[in-house]
Amino acid sequence: MAATKNSEEMSGLSDALAVIGAGLGALIGIYLAVFSADPVMKFHGALLGATAVLCALYVISSMAGKSTTERPFYHDGPIKFASVAAVFWGIAGFVVGAIIAWQLAFPALNFDLPWTSFGRLRPLHTSAVIFAFGGNALIATSFYVAQRTCQARLFGKWSPWFVVIGYNLFIVIAGTGYILGVTQSKEYAEPEWYADLWLTIVWVVYLIVFGGTLLKRKEPHIYVANWFYLSFILTVAMLHIVNNLAVPVSFTGTKSYALFSGVQDAMTQWWYGHNAVGFFLTAGFLGMMYYFIPKRAERPVYSYRLSIVHFWSLIFLYIWAGPHHLHYTALPDWAQTLGMTFSIILWMPSWGGMINGLMTLSGAWDKLRTDPVIRMMVVSVAFYGMSTFEGPLMSIKAVNSLSHYTDWTIGHVHSGALGWVGMISFGALYCLFPWLWNRRGLYSMRLVEWHFWISTIGILLYITAMWVSGILQGLMWRAYDELGFLKYSFVESVDAMHIPYIIRAGGGTLFVIGALMMAYNLWRTARGDEPVDAKNQPRVAAAPEIRATLAPAE
Amino acid sequence: MLSKHGVFERNAWLLSIGILIVVSIGGLVQIAPLFYLKSTIEKVEGMRPYSPLELKGRDIYIREGCYLCHSQMIRSLRDEVERYGHYSLAAESMYDHPFQWGSKRTGPDLARVGGKYSSDWHAAHMINPRSVVPESIMPGYPWLAERKVDADDIVEVLKTQAAVGVPYTDEMIANAKTDLAAQSDPDSDGAEDVATRYPKAVVQNFDGNPEEVTELDAMIAYLQMLGTLVDFTKYDASGPNLR
Amino acid sequence: MTYQTVAAFTQSLSLLIFVSLFIGVVIYAVWPGNQKAFDRASRLPLENDPEPGREPNMHRDTGGRT
Repeated sequence: MAATKNSEEMSGLSDALAVIGAGLGALIGIYLAVFSADPVMKFHGALLGATAVLCALYVISSMAGKSTTERPFYHDGPIKFASVAAVFWGIAGFVVGAIIAWQLAFPALNFDLPWTSFGRLRPLHTSAVIFAFGGNALIATSFYVAQRTCQARLFGKWSPWFVVIGYNLFIVIAGTGYILGVTQSKEYAEPEWYADLWLTIVWVVYLIVFGGTLLKRKEPHIYVANWFYLSFILTVAMLHIVNNLAVPVSFTGTKSYALFSGVQDAMTQWWYGHNAVGFFLTAGFLGMMYYFIPKRAERPVYSYRLSIVHFWSLIFLYIWAGPHHLHYTALPDWAQTLGMTFSIILWMPSWGGMINGLMTLSGAWDKLRTDPVIRMMVVSVAFYGMSTFEGPLMSIKAVNSLSHYTDWTIGHVHSGALGWVGMISFGALYCLFPWLWNRRGLYSMRLVEWHFWISTIGILLYITAMWVSGILQGLMWRAYDELGFLKYSFVESVDAMHIPYIIRAGGGTLFVIGALMMAYNLWRTARGDEPVDAKNQPRVAAAPEIRATLAPAE
Repeated sequence: MLSKHGVFERNAWLLSIGILIVVSIGGLVQIAPLFYLKSTIEKVEGMRPYSPLELKGRDIYIREGCYLCHSQMIRSLRDEVERYGHYSLAAESMYDHPFQWGSKRTGPDLARVGGKYSSDWHAAHMINPRSVVPESIMPGYPWLAERKVDADDIVEVLKTQAAVGVPYTDEMIANAKTDLAAQSDPDSDGAEDVATRYPKAVVQNFDGNPEEVTELDAMIAYLQMLGTLVDFTKYDASGPNLR
Repeated sequence: MTYQTVAAFTQSLSLLIFVSLFIGVVIYAVWPGNQKAFDRASRLPLENDPEPGREPNMHRDTGGRT
């Protein structure tokens, strides 16, 4: 009795805190919307104000109507929200990527308008795929995995909702900012100071929710996937704060100037930039891999010992690798050499993760043939292995002197982003939708099969085109004629890129088509349509509740 | 004793602290020394803060995402030095908040583009790149010629730059507004002062439109000064920059 | 502080830290007494999901296999 009263009081307190927080957000938003002289700041203030008012009204209305239904043990609402957001932003990010790929092949597609020119759309593409698609997928899966492996409900009542809504508000502010010309020009950290501050608040709450869930767990052991998620959340917080130190010109304006300059700023940026890859796009998604592959394959992870060794090695080594983005620049040689050395050693823990992911399937390789979802995740791990071999190779100074500044880097990034991050997230989303919406399985396994092949072909076209164009660029730039003069003018190298750029854009377009198939499939699944090929789906594809009623697999 | 290391896997606080320590070391060792080492903080003769018009041009360069396709960092490699000029010194970007080294050359490096082309060429090229380079895949930026540069906040901008460490003097800040206008109007009273306050600043009607100071004026003013400040006939390369 | 002293210092320091950390982690990972705990932990994702509204089932489940 006392406990119930206590929890009712706690719940009332959370409601009150949520309303106060939203009210504060509304006040700041309205103040900026009214008093800022900067039109973009006015717009973003209005956006914050409107979102905060809507959230406050929702919390108040939920206080009025006391729900009588028993609350489910797990808190899955925010996970559903972030999963849908991941699909939405994924499509948006891939489409913008395909558009800018076509722009490079046919510059007339820039339309001579500020809002559609390559320089503004490119950050929109990178942020939409990395932070909007990847970030929402990470938030959704980390909340799902933490609850299941800790056997505890998410920490906080409204804070998980604040994390997903606040994070997506950040995405909208950042993305609309780029189109309107608001950027601080640090790659993958383009949002201006006020968006960065907002993200910092959201991220701290994310850490509290995730860490709080770990602290209240019933299971004594913290599962390996959660270490990776935790290292991702903690390190991204550190990187984000240090790399975005800046002084705004005015507190009601969008513009700021970075605190650091020149070589110090370059080193800080690539310390951030490379570890956005290392901790956002690698550690976070390894967390995803360590839950969804064993779960889907219904086998424990291949070697738990290996996961411990490669976890600590990976997070230690990654943080040193940044200077390989600055070979032969004005950065001191010792820093370049350190960056190169650690990048090469990094190959080992990366492949530790790959081996652990792939070998989890050992003894059950037949699932690769029968379950396209698991095939997607395994191919993703294979792409991870390939790009973590290519990365150390490209960090060697001699190779880098050729590859840097060329499309080879772009190809490398995309074998990681499309192959590893994209495919593992697709696999996780294909798992999550039936589980979260309590369905017998996916609407259509055949569509997953099609998605798999179309995106795999798209990725291969993309990266091979970029190898050709990148190596060609590198060779043309350093080619000498028999008299000892540079053989090609720069624009001749641009001209030579035309065909590879068309093939790349075609590959990217295929990837978009695959993602659209996924969106349709997941929408039909969530809507509750009966699977068209239920008999082809493994038992584990069904939601836990339904799974129990199905006959065990033979 | 060693089996007690399992506390990491059972204690969320310790796990967090362990992670934080492990991920902090690399950054500390690589970043902190750069604020003290001679080779990265040495001053080189000729370096000066950007003039107000150049700084506005630089802001537009950032706004339009030029850094995504153009680097401003000539590496110490033979072909790059022959194609673009002397390799870039750390000191040459010491007043760049943030740096604009870039990471991709879809277009050529711009670290020393200043003075290589006429301002007329730049104006035509920015409005329609294919009018002067038929094979170019650069987007056109015709709106720069139509927009007046936003000069209202230039004093605040210079003060903010000073706050992050760029040595703008009180005199520079006080005259920011007139300097900004005068740099694109060689016949004005303030034109000479701009060149005195900001040595080597190009004073010109950059976009050929005498009516107003456009964003195109600012952009070309910035491009025309890039890499021109250090005099490499006098620069002593036997310093720490030598590789 | 010259370039040489800084370089020598950072190189030896990073080597020392990395090697000792790595050895510690490897010893921990292969420590025979830990094997049982690792086996148990590796099965965490395979446990039965709870029925809605109920506390999770704390029984170890082998995921339908033995």
